[in-house]
Amino acid sequence: METGSAMAAARPMIETVVRAASAEETVPVADLKPKLRIRKLDFYYGGFQALKNVTLDIAERKVTAFIGPSGCGKSTLLRTFNRMYALYPDQRAEGEILMDGENLITTKQDVSLIRARIGMVFQKPTPFPMSIYDNIAFGVRLFERLSRREMDERVEWALGRAALWNEVKDKLTQSGQSLSGGQQQRLCIARGIAIKPEVLLLDEPCSSLDPISTAKVEELIHELKSDYTVVIVTHNMQQAARVSDYTAYMYLGELIEYDVTDTIFITPKKPQTEDYITGRFG
Amino acid sequence: MSAAEQMPGAIHAGNPLYRFRKRINFVLLGVSSLALAFGLFWLVWIFGTLLYEGGTALARASLYYQMTPPPGADGGLANAIAGSLVMVSAGTLLGTPVGVLAGTYLAEYGRRGWLAGATRFLNDVLLSAPSIVIGLFVYSVYVAKVRHFSGWAGAVALALIVIPVVVRTTDDMLKLVPNTLREAAMALGSPIWKTVVFVTYRAARTGILTGILLAVARISGETAPLLFTALNNQFWSNNMNAPMANLPVVIFQFAMSPYEDWHRLAWGGAALITIAVLILNILARALFRKSD
Repeated sequence: METGSAMAAARPMIETVVRAASAEETVPVADLKPKLRIRKLDFYYGGFQALKNVTLDIAERKVTAFIGPSGCGKSTLLRTFNRMYALYPDQRAEGEILMDGENLITTKQDVSLIRARIGMVFQKPTPFPMSIYDNIAFGVRLFERLSRREMDERVEWALGRAALWNEVKDKLTQSGQSLSGGQQQRLCIARGIAIKPEVLLLDEPCSSLDPISTAKVEELIHELKSDYTVVIVTHNMQQAARVSDYTAYMYLGELIEYDVTDTIFITPKKPQTEDYITGRFG
Repeated sequence: MSAAEQMPGAIHAGNPLYRFRKRINFVLLGVSSLALAFGLFWLVWIFGTLLYEGGTALARASLYYQMTPPPGADGGLANAIAGSLVMVSAGTLLGTPVGVLAGTYLAEYGRRGWLAGATRFLNDVLLSAPSIVIGLFVYSVYVAKVRHFSGWAGAVALALIVIPVVVRTTDDMLKLVPNTLREAAMALGSPIWKTVVFVTYRAARTGILTGILLAVARISGETAPLLFTALNNQFWSNNMNAPMANLPVVIFQFAMSPYEDWHRLAWGGAALITIAVLILNILARALFRKSD
Protein backbone atom coordinates (compact mmCIF):
# COMPACT_ATOMS: atom_id res chain seq x y z
CA MET A 1 0.00 0.00 0.00
CA GLU A 2 2.94 2.30 0.77
CA THR A 3 4.22 2.21 -2.80
CA GLY A 4 0.69 2.50 -4.09
CA SER A 5 0.03 5.81 -2.41
CA ALA A 6 3.47 7.07 -3.42
CA MET A 7 2.59 6.38 -7.03
CA ALA A 8 -0.78 8.00 -6.57
CA ALA A 9 0.97 11.13 -5.42
CA ALA A 10 2.87 11.17 -8.70
CA ARG A 11 -0.36 11.14 -10.63
CA PRO A 12 -0.82 14.89 -11.12
CA MET A 13 2.46 14.78 -13.06
CA ILE A 14 1.03 12.30 -15.55
CA GLU A 15 -2.07 14.43 -15.88
CA THR A 16 0.01 17.47 -16.79
CA VAL A 17 1.79 15.40 -19.41
CA VAL A 18 -1.50 14.17 -20.82
CA ARG A 19 -3.02 17.63 -21.02
CA ALA A 20 0.06 19.04 -22.72
CA ALA A 21 0.16 16.28 -25.30
CA SER A 22 -3.47 16.53 -26.33
CA ALA A 23 -3.82 20.16 -27.27
CA GLU A 24 -5.78 19.13 -30.35
CA GLU A 25 -9.24 17.69 -29.94
CA THR A 26 -9.57 13.90 -29.88
CA VAL A 27 -12.93 12.50 -30.88
CA PRO A 28 -14.50 9.97 -28.52
CA VAL A 29 -13.91 6.28 -29.17
CA ALA A 30 -17.48 5.82 -30.40
CA ASP A 31 -16.98 8.36 -33.21
CA LEU A 32 -13.42 7.62 -34.31
CA LYS A 33 -12.63 6.84 -37.94
CA PRO A 34 -11.42 3.24 -37.83
CA LYS A 35 -8.49 1.89 -39.83
CA LEU A 36 -8.68 -1.52 -38.21
CA ARG A 37 -11.81 -2.99 -36.71
CA ILE A 38 -11.22 -5.86 -34.30
CA ARG A 39 -14.27 -7.95 -33.54
CA LYS A 40 -14.59 -10.78 -31.02
CA LEU A 41 -10.96 -11.79 -31.37
CA ASP A 42 -9.79 -14.93 -29.59
CA PHE A 43 -6.21 -16.09 -29.74
CA TYR A 44 -4.59 -19.36 -28.72
CA TYR A 45 -1.03 -20.52 -28.10
CA GLY A 46 -1.70 -24.22 -28.49
CA GLY A 47 -4.26 -24.90 -25.75
CA PHE A 48 -3.72 -21.63 -23.89
CA GLN A 49 -6.13 -18.82 -24.66
CA ALA A 50 -4.19 -15.53 -24.68
CA LEU A 51 -6.90 -13.19 -25.99
CA LYS A 52 -10.52 -13.35 -24.97
CA ASN A 53 -13.22 -11.75 -27.04
CA VAL A 54 -11.35 -8.54 -27.81
CA THR A 55 -13.33 -5.90 -29.68
CA LEU A 56 -12.04 -2.43 -30.51
CA ASP A 57 -11.47 0.03 -33.35
CA ILE A 58 -8.03 1.41 -34.17
CA ALA A 59 -8.30 5.02 -35.31
CA GLU A 60 -6.84 6.05 -38.64
CA ARG A 61 -3.80 8.36 -38.44
CA LYS A 62 -3.82 8.39 -34.69
CA VAL A 63 -1.59 6.76 -32.12
CA THR A 64 -3.18 3.98 -30.11
CA ALA A 65 -1.37 2.58 -27.09
CA PHE A 66 -1.86 -0.84 -25.51
CA ILE A 67 -0.92 -0.94 -21.84
CA GLY A 68 -1.18 -3.59 -19.17
CA PRO A 69 1.00 -5.84 -17.02
CA SER A 70 3.33 -8.45 -18.55
CA GLY A 71 1.48 -11.37 -20.07
CA CYS A 72 -1.79 -9.48 -20.48
CA GLY A 73 -1.85 -10.12 -24.24
CA LYS A 74 -1.01 -6.67 -25.56
CA SER A 75 1.92 -7.89 -27.69
CA THR A 76 -0.12 -10.89 -28.77
CA LEU A 77 -2.89 -8.57 -29.93
CA LEU A 78 -0.38 -6.50 -31.89
CA ARG A 79 1.05 -9.61 -33.55
CA THR A 80 -2.35 -10.68 -34.82
CA PHE A 81 -2.68 -7.50 -36.90
CA ASN A 82 0.09 -8.47 -39.34
CA ARG A 83 -0.46 -12.22 -38.94
CA MET A 84 2.98 -12.64 -37.37
CA TYR A 85 1.53 -15.57 -35.46
CA ALA A 86 1.05 -17.45 -38.74
CA LEU A 87 4.78 -18.28 -38.69
CA TYR A 88 4.06 -20.67 -35.84
CA PRO A 89 1.63 -23.48 -36.58
CA ASP A 90 0.53 -23.96 -32.96
CA GLN A 91 -0.78 -20.40 -32.76
CA ARG A 92 -4.19 -19.45 -34.09
CA ALA A 93 -6.64 -16.59 -34.06
CA GLU A 94 -10.44 -16.61 -34.32
CA GLY A 95 -12.69 -13.66 -34.92
CA GLU A 96 -12.36 -10.64 -37.17
CA ILE A 97 -9.65 -8.10 -37.88
CA LEU A 98 -11.13 -5.91 -40.57
CA MET A 99 -9.05 -3.58 -42.70
CA ASP A 100 -10.94 -1.89 -45.53
CA GLY A 101 -13.77 -4.37 -44.96
CA GLU A 102 -11.53 -7.43 -45.39
CA ASN A 103 -11.01 -9.92 -42.59
CA LEU A 104 -7.25 -10.32 -42.29
CA ILE A 105 -7.56 -13.62 -40.44
CA THR A 106 -9.47 -15.47 -43.12
CA THR A 107 -8.45 -13.52 -46.22
CA LYS A 108 -7.04 -15.29 -49.26
CA GLN A 109 -4.73 -12.33 -49.73
CA ASP A 110 -1.05 -13.24 -49.56
CA VAL A 111 0.28 -12.74 -46.05
CA SER A 112 3.35 -10.93 -47.46
CA LEU A 113 1.07 -8.24 -48.87
CA ILE A 114 -0.68 -7.79 -45.54
CA ARG A 115 2.67 -7.41 -43.82
CA ALA A 116 3.81 -4.88 -46.38
CA ARG A 117 0.70 -2.80 -45.62
CA ILE A 118 1.03 -3.25 -41.85
CA GLY A 119 4.63 -2.68 -40.79
CA MET A 120 6.12 -3.70 -37.49
CA VAL A 121 9.02 -2.64 -35.27
CA PHE A 122 10.15 -5.02 -32.55
CA GLN A 123 11.21 -4.69 -28.96
CA LYS A 124 14.87 -5.44 -29.63
CA PRO A 125 16.55 -3.68 -32.52
CA THR A 126 16.90 -6.18 -35.37
CA PRO A 127 19.20 -4.70 -38.01
CA PHE A 128 19.92 -7.13 -40.83
CA PRO A 129 23.54 -8.22 -41.30
CA MET A 130 24.04 -5.86 -44.23
CA SER A 131 24.88 -2.22 -44.85
CA ILE A 132 22.74 0.60 -43.47
CA TYR A 133 21.66 1.42 -47.02
CA ASP A 134 20.68 -2.18 -47.79
CA ASN A 135 18.82 -2.49 -44.50
CA ILE A 136 16.39 0.08 -45.89
CA ALA A 137 16.56 -1.04 -49.51
CA PHE A 138 15.85 -4.71 -48.73
CA GLY A 139 12.23 -4.10 -47.83
CA VAL A 140 11.67 -1.58 -50.61
CA ARG A 141 13.00 -3.97 -53.26
CA LEU A 142 10.44 -6.60 -52.24
CA PHE A 143 7.58 -4.70 -53.83
CA GLU A 144 9.10 -1.90 -55.91
CA ARG A 145 11.57 -1.69 -58.77
CA LEU A 146 13.33 1.62 -58.33
CA SER A 147 16.21 3.20 -60.19
CA ARG A 148 19.41 3.78 -58.27
CA ARG A 149 18.55 7.46 -57.88
CA GLU A 150 14.98 6.81 -56.72
CA MET A 151 16.28 4.28 -54.22
CA ASP A 152 18.86 6.77 -52.92
CA GLU A 153 16.06 9.27 -52.44
CA ARG A 154 13.87 6.74 -50.65
CA VAL A 155 16.67 5.72 -48.30
CA GLU A 156 17.43 9.34 -47.48
CA TRP A 157 13.74 10.08 -46.98
CA ALA A 158 13.22 7.13 -44.63
CA LEU A 159 16.36 7.79 -42.61
CA GLY A 160 15.37 11.46 -42.45
CA ARG A 161 11.93 10.63 -41.12
CA ALA A 162 13.49 8.40 -38.49
CA ALA A 163 15.80 11.27 -37.43
CA LEU A 164 18.85 9.19 -38.31
CA TRP A 165 20.01 10.68 -41.62
CA ASN A 166 22.44 13.21 -40.17
CA GLU A 167 24.12 10.57 -38.06
CA VAL A 168 24.62 7.98 -40.80
CA LYS A 169 24.70 9.86 -44.11
CA ASP A 170 28.49 9.49 -44.36
CA LYS A 171 28.57 5.78 -43.54
CA LEU A 172 25.68 4.24 -45.45
CA THR A 173 27.89 1.34 -46.57
CA GLN A 174 28.77 0.37 -43.01
CA SER A 175 27.04 -2.57 -41.39
CA GLY A 176 23.73 -1.76 -39.74
CA GLN A 177 24.90 -3.78 -36.77
CA SER A 178 27.76 -1.36 -36.14
CA LEU A 179 25.32 1.32 -34.94
CA SER A 180 24.46 1.97 -31.30
CA GLY A 181 21.28 0.46 -29.84
CA GLY A 182 19.25 3.64 -30.22
CA GLN A 183 20.45 4.18 -33.76
CA GLN A 184 19.69 0.55 -34.61
CA GLN A 185 16.12 0.96 -33.41
CA ARG A 186 15.66 4.13 -35.45
CA LEU A 187 17.14 2.23 -38.41
CA CYS A 188 14.45 -0.42 -37.91
CA ILE A 189 11.78 2.28 -37.80
CA ALA A 190 13.22 3.81 -40.97
CA ARG A 191 13.14 0.37 -42.57
CA GLY A 192 9.53 0.00 -41.53
CA ILE A 193 8.36 3.31 -42.97
CA ALA A 194 10.49 3.03 -46.13
CA ILE A 195 8.03 0.52 -47.56
CA LYS A 196 5.22 3.00 -46.86
CA PRO A 197 2.83 0.84 -44.90
CA GLU A 198 -0.60 2.15 -43.90
CA VAL A 199 -0.31 0.94 -40.34
CA LEU A 200 2.81 0.83 -38.17
CA LEU A 201 2.92 -1.54 -35.22
CA LEU A 202 5.48 -0.76 -32.52
CA ASP A 203 6.09 -3.49 -29.97
CA GLU A 204 7.75 -1.80 -26.97
CA PRO A 205 10.07 0.08 -29.31
CA CYS A 206 11.87 1.97 -26.53
CA SER A 207 12.37 -0.73 -23.93
CA SER A 208 16.03 -1.22 -24.80
CA LEU A 209 16.81 2.44 -25.37
CA ASP A 210 18.31 5.17 -23.20
CA PRO A 211 16.21 8.27 -22.37
CA ILE A 212 17.67 10.41 -25.15
CA SER A 213 16.99 7.82 -27.85
CA THR A 214 13.56 7.25 -26.31
CA ALA A 215 12.78 10.94 -26.61
CA LYS A 216 13.83 10.90 -30.27
CA VAL A 217 11.66 7.88 -31.03
CA GLU A 218 8.68 9.42 -29.23
CA GLU A 219 9.08 12.63 -31.18
CA LEU A 220 9.18 10.52 -34.30
CA ILE A 221 5.97 8.69 -33.38
CA HIS A 222 4.32 12.03 -32.92
CA GLU A 223 5.31 13.08 -36.43
CA LEU A 224 4.45 9.75 -37.99
CA LYS A 225 0.78 9.95 -37.19
CA SER A 226 0.21 12.59 -39.84
CA ASP A 227 0.66 9.80 -42.42
CA TYR A 228 0.40 6.51 -40.59
CA THR A 229 -1.91 4.72 -38.24
CA VAL A 230 0.35 3.89 -35.31
CA VAL A 231 -0.25 1.23 -32.67
CA ILE A 232 2.22 1.02 -29.82
CA VAL A 233 2.64 -1.50 -27.03
CA THR A 234 4.39 -0.05 -24.02
CA HIS A 235 5.19 -0.83 -20.42
CA ASN A 236 5.83 2.79 -19.69
CA MET A 237 2.64 4.60 -18.76
CA GLN A 238 4.16 8.05 -19.08
CA GLN A 239 5.10 7.08 -22.60
CA ALA A 240 1.56 5.99 -23.41
CA ALA A 241 0.31 9.26 -21.96
CA ARG A 242 2.83 11.30 -23.93
CA VAL A 243 2.49 9.74 -27.38
CA SER A 244 -0.96 8.28 -27.75
CA ASP A 245 -4.42 9.60 -28.62
CA TYR A 246 -6.23 6.45 -27.53
CA THR A 247 -5.25 3.95 -24.87
CA ALA A 248 -6.42 0.40 -24.29
CA TYR A 249 -5.86 -1.22 -20.91
CA MET A 250 -5.62 -5.00 -21.06
CA TYR A 251 -5.48 -7.59 -18.34
CA LEU A 252 -5.26 -11.38 -18.61
CA GLY A 253 -6.18 -11.44 -22.28
CA GLU A 254 -9.19 -9.18 -21.92
CA LEU A 255 -9.69 -5.61 -23.00
CA ILE A 256 -10.66 -3.92 -19.75
CA GLU A 257 -11.05 -0.34 -20.87
CA TYR A 258 -10.50 1.52 -24.11
CA ASP A 259 -10.86 5.26 -24.39
CA VAL A 260 -9.31 8.56 -25.27
CA THR A 261 -5.91 8.67 -23.54
CA ASP A 262 -6.86 11.66 -21.35
CA THR A 263 -9.90 9.86 -20.07
CA ILE A 264 -7.99 6.66 -19.31
CA PHE A 265 -5.35 8.52 -17.35
CA ILE A 266 -7.51 11.12 -15.62
CA THR A 267 -10.98 9.69 -15.20
CA PRO A 268 -10.87 5.96 -15.90
CA LYS A 269 -14.27 4.32 -15.58
CA LYS A 270 -13.12 0.92 -14.29
CA PRO A 271 -11.50 0.64 -10.86
CA GLN A 272 -9.04 -1.97 -12.27
CA THR A 273 -7.72 0.56 -14.76
CA GLU A 274 -7.35 3.17 -12.07
CA ASP A 275 -5.45 0.70 -9.88
CA TYR A 276 -3.01 -0.06 -12.67
CA ILE A 277 -2.53 3.56 -13.72
CA THR A 278 -1.85 4.70 -10.18
CA GLY A 279 0.47 1.79 -9.46
CA ARG A 280 -1.81 0.34 -6.81
CA PHE A 281 -2.07 -2.79 -8.95
CA GLY A 282 -1.58 -6.28 -7.54
CA MET B 1 23.56 -21.54 20.37
CA SER B 2 21.57 -22.78 17.39
CA ALA B 3 22.76 -22.32 13.79
CA ALA B 4 20.16 -19.64 13.18
CA GLU B 5 21.53 -17.44 15.97
CA GLN B 6 25.13 -17.44 14.76
CA MET B 7 26.64 -14.09 13.83
CA PRO B 8 27.05 -13.73 10.05
CA GLY B 9 30.87 -13.59 10.13
CA ALA B 10 31.19 -16.70 12.29
CA ILE B 11 29.88 -18.97 9.53
CA HIS B 12 32.63 -18.25 7.04
CA ALA B 13 35.81 -18.20 9.11
CA GLY B 14 37.49 -21.59 8.70
CA ASN B 15 34.30 -23.06 7.27
CA PRO B 16 34.73 -26.83 6.77
CA LEU B 17 32.42 -26.86 3.73
CA TYR B 18 34.55 -24.20 2.10
CA ARG B 19 37.79 -26.07 2.83
CA PHE B 20 36.28 -29.26 1.46
CA ARG B 21 35.28 -27.46 -1.72
CA LYS B 22 38.78 -26.05 -2.12
CA ARG B 23 40.31 -29.49 -1.77
CA ILE B 24 37.90 -30.96 -4.37
CA ASN B 25 38.73 -28.08 -6.68
CA PHE B 26 42.47 -28.77 -6.28
CA VAL B 27 42.09 -32.48 -7.02
CA LEU B 28 39.87 -31.93 -10.06
CA LEU B 29 42.20 -29.27 -11.45
CA GLY B 30 45.09 -31.71 -11.08
CA VAL B 31 43.25 -34.57 -12.80
CA SER B 32 42.10 -32.44 -15.73
CA SER B 33 45.58 -30.98 -16.19
CA LEU B 34 46.98 -34.51 -16.33
CA ALA B 35 44.38 -35.50 -18.92
CA LEU B 36 45.29 -32.45 -20.98
CA ALA B 37 49.00 -33.27 -20.76
CA PHE B 38 48.28 -36.87 -21.76
CA GLY B 39 46.37 -35.80 -24.87
CA LEU B 40 48.87 -33.13 -25.85
CA PHE B 41 51.78 -35.54 -25.37
CA TRP B 42 50.58 -37.86 -28.16
CA LEU B 43 49.64 -34.99 -30.43
CA VAL B 44 53.03 -33.35 -30.07
CA TRP B 45 54.78 -36.69 -30.52
CA ILE B 46 52.84 -37.46 -33.70
CA PHE B 47 53.38 -34.02 -35.15
CA GLY B 48 57.04 -33.95 -34.11
CA THR B 49 57.74 -37.38 -35.64
CA LEU B 50 55.99 -36.36 -38.85
CA LEU B 51 58.06 -33.21 -39.18
CA TYR B 52 61.27 -35.02 -38.21
CA GLU B 53 60.79 -37.94 -40.61
CA GLY B 54 59.07 -36.03 -43.37
CA GLY B 55 61.06 -32.81 -43.06
CA THR B 56 63.84 -33.83 -45.43
CA ALA B 57 61.36 -35.02 -48.05
CA LEU B 58 59.30 -31.82 -47.69
CA ALA B 59 62.39 -29.67 -48.16
CA ARG B 60 63.24 -31.25 -51.53
CA ALA B 61 61.67 -29.38 -54.44
CA SER B 62 61.43 -32.60 -56.47
CA LEU B 63 58.64 -33.73 -54.11
CA TYR B 64 56.35 -31.19 -55.71
CA TYR B 65 57.13 -31.65 -59.42
CA GLN B 66 58.28 -35.25 -59.96
CA MET B 67 55.98 -38.23 -60.34
CA THR B 68 55.81 -41.14 -57.91
CA PRO B 69 58.86 -43.25 -58.77
CA PRO B 70 59.40 -47.01 -59.11
CA PRO B 71 61.41 -48.40 -56.23
CA GLY B 72 65.02 -47.28 -56.23
CA ALA B 73 64.51 -44.34 -58.60
CA ASP B 74 64.33 -40.68 -57.75
CA GLY B 75 60.86 -39.10 -57.66
CA GLY B 76 58.25 -36.99 -55.96
CA LEU B 77 54.53 -36.87 -55.24
CA ALA B 78 53.38 -34.37 -57.89
CA ASN B 79 50.74 -36.66 -59.40
CA ALA B 80 49.42 -37.64 -55.96
CA ILE B 81 49.26 -34.01 -54.77
CA ALA B 82 47.44 -32.97 -57.94
CA GLY B 83 45.08 -35.94 -57.77
CA SER B 84 44.23 -35.22 -54.15
CA LEU B 85 43.61 -31.55 -54.93
CA VAL B 86 41.35 -32.43 -57.86
CA MET B 87 39.32 -35.07 -56.02
CA VAL B 88 39.00 -33.07 -52.80
CA SER B 89 37.85 -30.04 -54.82
CA ALA B 90 35.40 -32.11 -56.85
CA GLY B 91 34.11 -33.85 -53.71
CA THR B 92 33.63 -30.50 -51.98
CA LEU B 93 31.91 -28.97 -55.00
CA LEU B 94 29.57 -31.96 -55.27
CA GLY B 95 28.82 -32.28 -51.57
CA THR B 96 28.59 -28.67 -50.40
CA PRO B 97 25.46 -27.55 -52.31
CA VAL B 98 23.58 -30.68 -51.27
CA GLY B 99 24.72 -30.25 -47.66
CA VAL B 100 23.88 -26.55 -47.45
CA LEU B 101 20.46 -27.02 -49.06
CA ALA B 102 19.58 -29.97 -46.84
CA GLY B 103 20.76 -28.08 -43.76
CA THR B 104 18.63 -25.13 -44.85
CA TYR B 105 15.60 -27.37 -45.13
CA LEU B 106 16.17 -28.73 -41.64
CA ALA B 107 16.66 -25.34 -40.00
CA GLU B 108 14.29 -23.11 -41.96
CA TYR B 109 11.47 -25.20 -43.36
CA GLY B 110 11.26 -28.48 -41.51
CA ARG B 111 11.63 -27.40 -37.90
CA ARG B 112 8.58 -29.39 -37.00
CA GLY B 113 7.28 -32.61 -38.43
CA TRP B 114 8.70 -36.09 -38.62
CA LEU B 115 10.60 -35.69 -41.89
CA ALA B 116 13.13 -33.24 -40.49
CA GLY B 117 13.57 -35.27 -37.33
CA ALA B 118 14.16 -38.48 -39.26
CA THR B 119 16.52 -36.74 -41.69
CA ARG B 120 18.50 -35.21 -38.86
CA PHE B 121 18.84 -38.59 -37.16
CA LEU B 122 19.93 -40.39 -40.35
CA ASN B 123 22.36 -37.60 -41.08
CA ASP B 124 23.94 -38.05 -37.67
CA VAL B 125 24.29 -41.76 -38.41
CA LEU B 126 25.92 -40.96 -41.74
CA LEU B 127 28.18 -38.48 -39.97
CA SER B 128 29.70 -41.22 -37.89
CA ALA B 129 29.63 -43.95 -40.55
CA PRO B 130 33.07 -45.54 -41.03
CA SER B 131 34.57 -44.13 -44.21
CA ILE B 132 35.48 -47.61 -45.43
CA VAL B 133 31.75 -48.36 -45.61
CA ILE B 134 31.28 -45.34 -47.84
CA GLY B 135 34.17 -46.49 -50.01
CA LEU B 136 32.65 -49.96 -50.37
CA PHE B 137 29.25 -48.45 -51.11
CA VAL B 138 30.57 -46.35 -53.98
CA TYR B 139 32.60 -49.34 -55.14
CA SER B 140 29.52 -51.53 -55.37
CA VAL B 141 27.12 -49.02 -56.94
CA TYR B 142 29.56 -47.22 -59.25
CA VAL B 143 33.01 -48.80 -59.68
CA ALA B 144 31.65 -52.34 -60.02
CA LYS B 145 29.03 -51.19 -62.55
CA VAL B 146 31.40 -49.30 -64.85
CA ARG B 147 34.11 -51.90 -64.23
CA HIS B 148 37.00 -49.53 -63.56
CA PHE B 149 38.33 -47.32 -60.79
CA SER B 150 38.13 -43.61 -61.46
CA GLY B 151 38.71 -40.11 -60.12
CA TRP B 152 34.97 -39.45 -60.29
CA ALA B 153 34.23 -42.43 -58.07
CA GLY B 154 36.75 -41.02 -55.57
CA ALA B 155 35.14 -37.60 -55.73
CA VAL B 156 31.68 -39.09 -55.17
CA ALA B 157 32.90 -41.06 -52.14
CA LEU B 158 34.45 -37.89 -50.68
CA ALA B 159 31.26 -35.93 -51.40
CA LEU B 160 29.30 -38.51 -49.41
CA ILE B 161 31.54 -37.71 -46.44
CA VAL B 162 31.22 -33.95 -46.98
CA ILE B 163 27.42 -33.95 -47.07
CA PRO B 164 26.61 -34.97 -43.47
CA VAL B 165 29.27 -32.64 -42.05
CA VAL B 166 27.93 -29.66 -43.98
CA VAL B 167 24.29 -30.56 -43.27
CA ARG B 168 25.00 -30.62 -39.57
CA THR B 169 26.95 -27.37 -39.39
CA THR B 170 24.53 -25.52 -41.68
CA ASP B 171 21.59 -26.70 -39.60
CA ASP B 172 23.31 -25.72 -36.34
CA MET B 173 24.51 -22.34 -37.58
CA LEU B 174 21.13 -21.36 -39.03
CA LYS B 175 19.44 -22.35 -35.79
CA LEU B 176 21.76 -19.94 -33.97
CA VAL B 177 20.30 -17.03 -35.97
CA PRO B 178 17.77 -15.37 -33.65
CA ASN B 179 14.15 -15.78 -34.66
CA THR B 180 13.61 -12.04 -34.20
CA LEU B 181 15.73 -11.46 -37.30
CA ARG B 182 13.51 -13.77 -39.35
CA GLU B 183 10.39 -12.12 -37.96
CA ALA B 184 11.79 -8.69 -38.80
CA ALA B 185 12.30 -9.71 -42.43
CA MET B 186 8.89 -11.38 -42.63
CA ALA B 187 7.29 -8.28 -41.10
CA LEU B 188 8.44 -6.31 -44.16
CA GLY B 189 6.51 -8.73 -46.36
CA SER B 190 9.47 -10.87 -47.36
CA PRO B 191 8.73 -14.41 -48.54
CA ILE B 192 10.58 -17.19 -46.71
CA TRP B 193 13.12 -17.82 -49.46
CA LYS B 194 14.20 -14.19 -49.57
CA THR B 195 14.45 -14.11 -45.81
CA VAL B 196 16.71 -17.17 -45.94
CA VAL B 197 18.90 -16.03 -48.82
CA PHE B 198 19.33 -12.39 -47.88
CA VAL B 199 19.05 -12.38 -44.11
CA THR B 200 19.66 -15.68 -42.34
CA TYR B 201 22.39 -16.92 -44.72
CA ARG B 202 24.20 -13.64 -44.24
CA ALA B 203 23.89 -13.87 -40.51
CA ALA B 204 25.20 -17.45 -40.50
CA ARG B 205 27.65 -17.30 -43.39
CA THR B 206 30.91 -17.50 -41.43
CA GLY B 207 29.59 -20.47 -39.48
CA ILE B 208 28.51 -22.26 -42.65
CA LEU B 209 31.84 -21.48 -44.34
CA THR B 210 33.69 -22.79 -41.30
CA GLY B 211 31.72 -26.03 -41.56
CA ILE B 212 32.69 -26.39 -45.23
CA LEU B 213 36.37 -25.81 -44.43
CA LEU B 214 36.23 -28.43 -41.68
CA ALA B 215 34.63 -30.87 -44.13
CA VAL B 216 37.48 -30.22 -46.57
CA ALA B 217 39.97 -30.86 -43.80
CA ARG B 218 38.18 -34.07 -42.94
CA ILE B 219 38.25 -35.52 -46.47
CA SER B 220 41.82 -34.49 -47.32
CA GLY B 221 43.19 -37.32 -45.20
CA GLU B 222 40.64 -40.02 -46.01
CA THR B 223 42.24 -43.21 -47.36
CA ALA B 224 39.64 -45.93 -47.17
CA PRO B 225 37.03 -44.41 -49.52
CA LEU B 226 39.69 -43.68 -52.16
CA LEU B 227 41.26 -47.14 -51.94
CA PHE B 228 38.05 -48.66 -53.30
CA THR B 229 37.23 -45.91 -55.79
CA ALA B 230 40.11 -43.89 -57.23
CA LEU B 231 42.67 -46.56 -56.44
CA ASN B 232 46.00 -45.05 -57.49
CA ASN B 233 48.05 -44.11 -60.53
CA GLN B 234 51.81 -44.15 -61.00
CA PHE B 235 51.57 -41.39 -63.58
CA TRP B 236 50.16 -37.95 -64.09
CA SER B 237 46.52 -38.16 -65.16
CA ASN B 238 44.02 -35.46 -65.99
CA ASN B 239 41.34 -38.00 -66.74
CA MET B 240 38.71 -38.14 -64.02
CA ASN B 241 37.38 -41.32 -65.64
CA ALA B 242 40.61 -43.18 -65.02
CA PRO B 243 42.24 -44.29 -61.77
CA MET B 244 43.79 -41.29 -60.09
CA ALA B 245 46.78 -40.86 -57.82
CA ASN B 246 46.16 -39.34 -54.41
CA LEU B 247 48.20 -38.71 -51.29
CA PRO B 248 46.46 -40.97 -48.76
CA VAL B 249 46.61 -44.10 -50.89
CA VAL B 250 50.21 -43.37 -51.98
CA ILE B 251 51.17 -42.99 -48.32
CA PHE B 252 49.42 -46.28 -47.58
CA GLN B 253 51.19 -48.17 -50.37
CA PHE B 254 54.60 -46.59 -49.94
CA ALA B 255 54.62 -46.97 -46.19
CA MET B 256 53.78 -50.69 -46.48
CA SER B 257 56.58 -51.26 -49.00
CA PRO B 258 60.07 -52.52 -48.09
CA TYR B 259 61.85 -49.66 -49.91
CA GLU B 260 63.66 -46.97 -47.96
CA ASP B 261 63.12 -44.19 -50.54
CA TRP B 262 59.38 -44.93 -50.73
CA HIS B 263 59.23 -44.66 -46.95
CA ARG B 264 60.76 -41.21 -47.14
CA LEU B 265 58.18 -40.09 -49.67
CA ALA B 266 55.36 -41.53 -47.54
CA TRP B 267 56.59 -39.52 -44.54
CA GLY B 268 56.76 -36.43 -46.73
CA GLY B 269 53.19 -36.97 -47.96
CA ALA B 270 51.90 -37.57 -44.43
CA ALA B 271 53.55 -34.39 -43.17
CA LEU B 272 52.15 -32.48 -46.14
CA ILE B 273 48.55 -33.58 -45.48
CA THR B 274 48.83 -32.88 -41.76
CA ILE B 275 50.16 -29.38 -42.36
CA ALA B 276 47.42 -28.71 -44.93
CA VAL B 277 44.73 -29.88 -42.49
CA LEU B 278 46.30 -27.78 -39.74
CA ILE B 279 46.20 -24.70 -41.96
CA LEU B 280 42.57 -25.37 -42.91
CA ASN B 281 41.62 -25.67 -39.24
CA ILE B 282 43.43 -22.47 -38.31
CA LEU B 283 41.75 -20.72 -41.24
CA ALA B 284 38.34 -21.95 -40.11
CA ARG B 285 38.98 -20.74 -36.58
CA ALA B 286 40.26 -17.36 -37.70
CA LEU B 287 37.25 -16.94 -39.95
CA PHE B 288 34.81 -17.87 -37.23
CA ARG B 289 36.46 -15.58 -34.70
CA LYS B 290 36.37 -12.65 -37.09
CA SER B 291 32.60 -12.83 -37.24
CA ASP B 292 32.18 -12.12 -33.52
